[in-house]
Order: sequence, then C-alpha cells, then structure tokens
Amino acid sequence: MEVKNANAAMLSNYEVFKLLTDLKEKRKDTVKNKNSAGQQNLNTIMYETLKYLSKTPCSRQNPEIVKEFLTTMKPHKLTKAEKLQLLNQRPQTAVEIQLMVEESEERLSEEQIEELIHTLADVLPGDPEQENAAPADAEMEEAVQPS
Amino acid sequence: MFVLVEMVDTVRIPPWNFQRQLNEAIAEELNKKLANKVVFNVGLCICLYDITKLDDSYIFPGDGASHTIVHFRYVVFHPFLDEILLGKIKYCSQEGVHVTMGFFDDILIPPESLQQPAKFDEAEQVWLWEYETDEGAHDLYMDQGEDIRFRVTDEMFVDTSPTGPSAAETPVIPGQPVAPPAEEVEKKEAPYTLIGTICDPGLGLLSWWNS
Repeated sequence: MEVKNANAAMLSNYEVFKLLTDLKEKRKDTVKNKNSAGQQNLNTIMYETLKYLSKTPCSRQNPEIVKEFLTTMKPHKLTKAEKLQLLNQRPQTAVEIQLMVEESEERLSEEQIEELIHTLADVLPGDPEQENAAPADAEMEEAVQPS
Repeated sequence: MFVLVEMVDTVRIPPWNFQRQLNEAIAEELNKKLANKVVFNVGLCICLYDITKLDDSYIFPGDGASHTIVHFRYVVFHPFLDEILLGKIKYCSQEGVHVTMGFFDDILIPPESLQQPAKFDEAEQVWLWEYETDEGAHDLYMDQGEDIRFRVTDEMFVDTSPTGPSAAETPVIPGQPVAPPAEEVEKKEAPYTLIGTICDPGLGLLSWWNS
C-alpha cells in the first residue's frame, strides 16, 4: 500500500458526520454481513465517531449553513485552520476565540471579537437544550417578581 | 480534526464475491483492511471517502481471485498541531491526565502541561489544580468522565509491525526443560499517541470556564 498524499484535504466535522450517517443508512439496507468479524472494526469506528460528533455543533449544520458561514467569515481574514476550528467548535466566549485564532489580540479588536461571537451564534445553529435553559430562567425571574 | 488521504493499493477480490458490483466489493475490502487502524505517519483511518480510479483487474496463475490496483481517498483522524480538541478524562496517573475522545483513546496531558500549580492526589488518584483567588486557594479536581478542552502539542507514531523471530535463540536440547526467555513482558505500545496541553486560559475542564 502506498500513501500518495497524506494531507490531500481538510475535512470539517460536518462532512465526516454526513459521510458516516449516509454510510450507516446504506449499510443498514444493502449489506448483509454487517456483523461478521471483518466488519467489526468499521462498525466500531463508525459508532464511536458518530457518538462523538453528534454531541458537537456539526450535527446541526447543513451545506447552506457552511456556505453562509464561509461568506460571513471572508472580511475577517482568518486562516483556513482557524475558520475550520470556529466551524467545528462554535465558540461562545472571547477566551475560546483567543485559543483558536492565533495572535487574536493583534489581529482582532475587542469589538471585532464580540461581533465574531454574535455572527457565529447567528449563522451556526446552537444546542437547543442550552438555549432553552436561558429563556426558562428569564421566565422564572418574571414569575417570582412580587405583583 | 479529519483529513483526506490519497492512497493506492492492490485489492484482492476472492471468486465468491465476483457476483457483487466491483466498486462495492472493493469498498468493503478497503474498509475491512483500514477502518479503525492506524497507518504509520498518517493517522487513525476512519472510513473510505471515495474511489478515484480503478485500474484493470488481473487474475494470476495459482490464485482464482482478481487483483485490482485502486486509487482511493480515505478519511483519517489526524489533528494538526495546536488544534483545540474536546475530550473526556479517562483516568489520571503519575504520567499525567489520560483523555479519550471515544473513537481515539491515546491522548496524554503530561504534568508540566497542566494548569500550574498542579498536584497529584495519591489517595484519589486524581490530578488537581491549586487555583488561587483573593478568597484563598481552591482545589479544582480533574475527575473521571469530565469534559476537557485541550490543545494538541505533539504526536508520536510508533511502527508496531511485527519484527520477526528474535535473533538470540538458545538452542533447544531435546529432553531438557527449556527456560522461558527472561523478558516475557509484552509491552503493547500505542501506534499513535497525542500529547496535549491545558496550560492556556480557556483550556481544561469546561466547568472551570463556564460562568
């Protein structure tokens, strides 16, 4: 076996997630010997990787969202690796952005970081459980207020 | 986290699979060979992405199976340097904190890369961060199963292919008991290890940074 190119392309988590879910659907219908000893490795890695990826923001993305994300990121002049990390992790705080973007203090001002956080929160869908917790707290506060 | 790797290999299809579509038989053989396996200096192979080229299939004398040279692309887990990843703490030991991502287990954060000052609690076998605030020192424990964010600082590939019979073999005299070789320890080395750090602000347990 020969490796022609060990780094032909970078894949976003969403692309791998979609590939594995499609493969799982296809195997469910057509492949008969799924549980043979030879197929166990593929089953294990698919199951574990899907389990990991389904808990990340990529499980809620689709090709249009990724395209919109890339167009909104153009003016910020980030490297491919930085944009990929933002897409995969969907950071919500300035600290997280500083981790993923190199020399962020020099390249982005505080307002730009805030703007980036808001853009990410708008363009990329977030965790519905996390977002339902916040308005629920606000409702509780209103109910507790003495009339 | 994931990259596409272009590879070429010769795939052998046994005669009892001849009735299947060639593409599917080849895809199954490639996945059987590579899925969930580490390729030296490449990474952990996940699954086949696509087949780019199929050369002609040949049948050789003495073997009824067909052999095809296949050019294909494979999805491989190979995080780049300084990438931020999310994992769970598997367990702590003197060597550091062992982190797992479910599909990949061999991630180690050595003691010098933990948030300083760090201490190892022998009784509970857990590392902790002695976090100082104005109110006093808090001990933040790194418990098993906690979500942890870390940065990849290094990777190590070990070639675990079999090396063949050892050169020094004591001659066997029939009738006399053969003493077992002194080193019977089978050290299973992980073929691919990631070294991480949580020494920067924002890294470490997610609960430390979520207000």
